[in-house]
Amino acid sequence: MLNPIPWRIATISAVHDETPSVRTYTIALPEWPGHRAGQHVDVRLTAEDGYSVERSYSIASEPERTGEIDLTVERIEGGEVSAFLHDVAVVGDRLEVRGPIGGYFVWEASSPGPLFLVAGGSGVVPLMAMLRHRARAAAGARSTIPTRLLFSSRHLEDVIYRDELDRLAAAGDGLEVVHTLTRSQPPGWTGYSRRIDDRMIAEVLDPLGAGARTFICGPTPLVEVAANALDRLGLPRDRIRTERFGPSGP
Amino acid sequence: MEDERATDAQADHVLDGNAVAGMLMAAFGSEMSAIPGQCAHCGTMSMVAELRAYTRAPGAVLRCPTCAGVVLRIVETRDAVLVDARGASYLRFARR
Repeated sequence: MLNPIPWRIATISAVHDETPSVRTYTIALPEWPGHRAGQHVDVRLTAEDGYSVERSYSIASEPERTGEIDLTVERIEGGEVSAFLHDVAVVGDRLEVRGPIGGYFVWEASSPGPLFLVAGGSGVVPLMAMLRHRARAAAGARSTIPTRLLFSSRHLEDVIYRDELDRLAAAGDGLEVVHTLTRSQPPGWTGYSRRIDDRMIAEVLDPLGAGARTFICGPTPLVEVAANALDRLGLPRDRIRTERFGPSGP
Repeated sequence: MEDERATDAQADHVLDGNAVAGMLMAAFGSEMSAIPGQCAHCGTMSMVAELRAYTRAPGAVLRCPTCAGVVLRIVETRDAVLVDARGASYLRFARR
């Protein structure tokens, strides 16, 4: 029987805190075949007694970065792998990694735009790979892909990649980032302050038009709300792609 | 059917075919997420990634997003990955 995606031993080469509960692990993979923006890897931990657990994590880094990938992981209370990564793992530790995996929730900068991205919490990770890939492709290219990211988080300090998103949006290459903070907002906040709903989707999508290609990723309830809203707005189903992360979230 | 699932607290735990893509790739030998298939119960065409995945049991059950009928059932054993595809009328592998 073929084993088309072998488990590789990867080494954590860097750790970076994104928010109080979210951390990025740079994983060195010398024989990494490369990946597409939106794909994920499976990570397997095996205890000395043979007990093993697997989880999937979206690749946060762009395909243009070779030899290593970033995994951005939210610490989930009671999460077997995320708790190990956050509480125990250090630079130099090794993980078993399988991938890249995924042929549906992927985007290339060569795809015709416009691009509408909808994220809830750590659902932003595969979309960030798309935005980083887009930025690399836009640099030096004459045409830009009109893109909007609608990003739902609980509080301002929970916004993953906040500074980098500000920088990407300020580059003037057609990207706008729209935040909604669902639990608390800082003084003077003029952005959205509620969970994603039909009206918000319609307002944020409007400048892109009905020809937009959409990727939605985050907690299942958020994905359902956003996908249904787009469906009601008449966007064709084959232009809407979804990835559900399960319960909880903003 | 959509409203019923929305009010069911368990619905929050539902994933989709993306979550079992690695398991399917190991079984089928190639990327399965973007493969379209027809639900044998209601005839809806969906890509594997769009099926609703229930992963609490050993392996996974993938259900039609329209009628909730079981399309694929996957069980992992030590020596093999078993796939019951009776819930799919067909899977469509396009030629390149």
